[in-house]
Amino acid sequence: MRLTLHIWRQRNAREQGKMVRYELPDVNEHMSFLEMLDVLNESLIAKGEEPVAFDHDCREGICGMCGCMVNGVAHGPLPGTTLCQLHMRHFKDGDELYLEPWRAKAFPVVKDLVVDRTAFDRIIAAGGFISVSTGSAPDGNAVLVAKEDAERSMDAAACIGCGACVAMCPNAAAALFTGAKIAHLGLLPQGQPERMQRAEAMVAQAAAEGFGYCTNLGECEAVCPKEIKLEVIARMNRDFLSASWRGR
Amino acid sequence: MELNGKCPTGPIETRWERHRFNLKLVNPANKRKYTIIVVGTGLAGGAAAASLAELGYQVKCFCYQDSPRRAHSIAAQGGINAAKNYHNDGDSIYRLFYDTVKGGDFRARESNVYRLAQISVNIIDQCVAQGVPFAREYSGYLDNRSFGGAQVSRTFYARGQTGQQLLLGAYQALERQIGVGQVEMHDRCEMLDLIVIDGRARGIVTRDLRTGKIESHLGDAVALGTGGYGNVFYLSTNAKGCNTTAIWRAHKRGALFGNPCFTQIHPTCIPVSGEYQSKLTLMSESLRNDGRVWVPLKSGDKRDPSQIPEAERDYFLERKYPSFGNLVPRDVASRNAKSVCDEGRGVGETGLAVFLDFRDAIQRLGAGVIKERYGNLFDMYERITGEDPYKSPMRIYPAIHYTMGGLWVDYNLMSTIPGLYVIGEANFSDHGANRLGASALMQGLADGYFVLPNTIGDYLASTKFDKLDASHSAVKDAEANVAAITKRLLETKGTRSVDSFHRELGRIMWEYCGMARNAEGLKHALGKIPEMREQYWRDVRVLGAGDELNQSLEKAGRVADFFELAELMCLDALERNESCGGHFREEYQTPEGEAARDDERYSYVAAWEFKGVGNAPALHKEPLTFEYVHPAQRSYK
Repeated sequence: MRLTLHIWRQRNAREQGKMVRYELPDVNEHMSFLEMLDVLNESLIAKGEEPVAFDHDCREGICGMCGCMVNGVAHGPLPGTTLCQLHMRHFKDGDELYLEPWRAKAFPVVKDLVVDRTAFDRIIAAGGFISVSTGSAPDGNAVLVAKEDAERSMDAAACIGCGACVAMCPNAAAALFTGAKIAHLGLLPQGQPERMQRAEAMVAQAAAEGFGYCTNLGECEAVCPKEIKLEVIARMNRDFLSASWRGR
Repeated sequence: MELNGKCPTGPIETRWERHRFNLKLVNPANKRKYTIIVVGTGLAGGAAAASLAELGYQVKCFCYQDSPRRAHSIAAQGGINAAKNYHNDGDSIYRLFYDTVKGGDFRARESNVYRLAQISVNIIDQCVAQGVPFAREYSGYLDNRSFGGAQVSRTFYARGQTGQQLLLGAYQALERQIGVGQVEMHDRCEMLDLIVIDGRARGIVTRDLRTGKIESHLGDAVALGTGGYGNVFYLSTNAKGCNTTAIWRAHKRGALFGNPCFTQIHPTCIPVSGEYQSKLTLMSESLRNDGRVWVPLKSGDKRDPSQIPEAERDYFLERKYPSFGNLVPRDVASRNAKSVCDEGRGVGETGLAVFLDFRDAIQRLGAGVIKERYGNLFDMYERITGEDPYKSPMRIYPAIHYTMGGLWVDYNLMSTIPGLYVIGEANFSDHGANRLGASALMQGLADGYFVLPNTIGDYLASTKFDKLDASHSAVKDAEANVAAITKRLLETKGTRSVDSFHRELGRIMWEYCGMARNAEGLKHALGKIPEMREQYWRDVRVLGAGDELNQSLEKAGRVADFFELAELMCLDALERNESCGGHFREEYQTPEGEAARDDERYSYVAAWEFKGVGNAPALHKEPLTFEYVHPAQRSYK
């Protein structure tokens, strides 16, 4: 199939970027989206033009490294799918695709489609953990966890930290990401002692990084490749609120 | 060079305990005076960095990804073994030890493997306490399953994302230490050389992948948890960024490389579909519990599988191995798939695939049960291939998955360079010639959480460190070496992309040093690889500049190292005139076509010393002795 791509090219954070048009005359439908970009890059290198920079690593939909906007939708048109797991058979001959990096104040562009997501790490560093130093743990079966709680915790823990939720949110809020970690740990007995301070610290850090606030639009849930539910945001809000009351 | 594995002697059950007691300790107040550099943030590196920081050491940690949460440990699906015996089904530390030594085809050290089995139980405790959402039974107790042909249920799992959850546990522990300033984290930062001063590892040279800045980081010890080198084959189940550069450049500075030819092939991967293919995707081998593997009886039979009657199908694993059937170990399943394809009976467009058929299981159990068991895997298969495995059989083919070889380390996990530790897949230590399923996660976390934090103190407490600064000639020399490699790659201005060379190298390695090897093929590869390497340095095209994000440049340096490593792998495979585990030499097989080990001549670890690019490396041998598990022919008939 034949495709026309418009890709955001930006040399670095300081310089202005622009959309550049590329024609791809022969795209195989079995390729993944990233393999299609590989083919484009090989042709650019052959012509002596610099290839398009894009983040990627495992190409199995689990590392969370890849992702860009495809025609305004984070990770493209297929629900519950990262860009690396999106195959070209979902597009039609003659399609025009617009590829842009995640857009958020807290995710500055590094180059082309690559953005800096270290703000996510700082949110985790603020409280997204259980403070247990190596060696001090009791036997694994000493504390029981109801199966249902373990399953719901796992639903939230499936987050891959790709940033699609932020990119799709008109407020560029990191609520789904932050809520997913708060829910993952807060649903387990091991996560209870630090539950309140965790919510407070993580929410405060997200604000300090320049992410917006959640207004319950649900765009994040719609594009999340791991289909994390809005429920985690409700859980975050509840913990945060309880924590602030407790503080007074 | 005398290789001293420093393995304790005496009763195996108490070796680790006695060894630990004999290790020197660093006073708690003194720990903060030491700086430890940890490279890589997978299960081994992430766990080590967090644990060392908890002890009070200053840690500087590095990863090439944009976040320490992304290392490829994250992609492990199946589970993690531990000898908890929660099921009262006869498991024990001794049995896990026994299975691992035997599964590794008697090419690992007994002392190391026993320690691994002992520590396995502490790992589960640690991970549960961190909030890893392991699968539970309705009672709230931890659930287990059997895995990889083991006869006991000792595998703990978190859906099909066990690696992800364990890694997030280590990552969160690491972020906690970053938050309190005990770890200085450098993401998008790649180690490109090791700084060795007075024979000791004292630091690394890195390139900041955002700015291109080349910098030195000094410390008192260096730990490499940088993973395996499966990407030397270009197509593998590894992440695209996985590379050998950190361990290879340490090798060039004097660390011996152990058993480089021991690579593992995973039998249930989605086959290659075209020239553009960039990586291979593995599907959990649990599929073999219900799927039946077959090819047409006649070669060149291109009929649709539904049109091939029962009598014209060859269920070759069930036919050859009646007692294990489709559940034979990874290496056996893989080799048999290759041999039927070599006979021209492979299926699909390329002829390089075999069927994995669920028709009978669906008839027996109903599609609902199959969906419950394997739904996510079936979805993944359909997403990638566009075919519905409920209706037509899956096509699968083996792919490179894991490398048992790596830098040689002693019982303390220290390489032959004092102060340089190597952990996880990056070292050669615990899996021998073949790794069992659900054991990689166990080893990475054992090394990172429990072994290294204990053993490193002994080195620090017993060594007198001179004050160092960045003006030392060894530092300047390593920086100049890195700058020269970068400059040379950028200035070659040839005609071919890095990927085109990498693909070509991968094809040679897969053909001659892959699932089956022979002397003639290995010699051919050994002739070809140096030629290709020279051509690479003459004709590679790396566009862009060195002082900014430049992904072609990053790849170019890694592929340059793969070219050198590839030659060593072939040499090691040629030197080892026997078949064992994942190393199958066609000349050495039993009359039934199984791997024939030669314990008399090859019961050793091959540790190679670098002697310059293009020069023959020197082989050192560490003999292996077995006091507890007696070497026997593996049989799965």
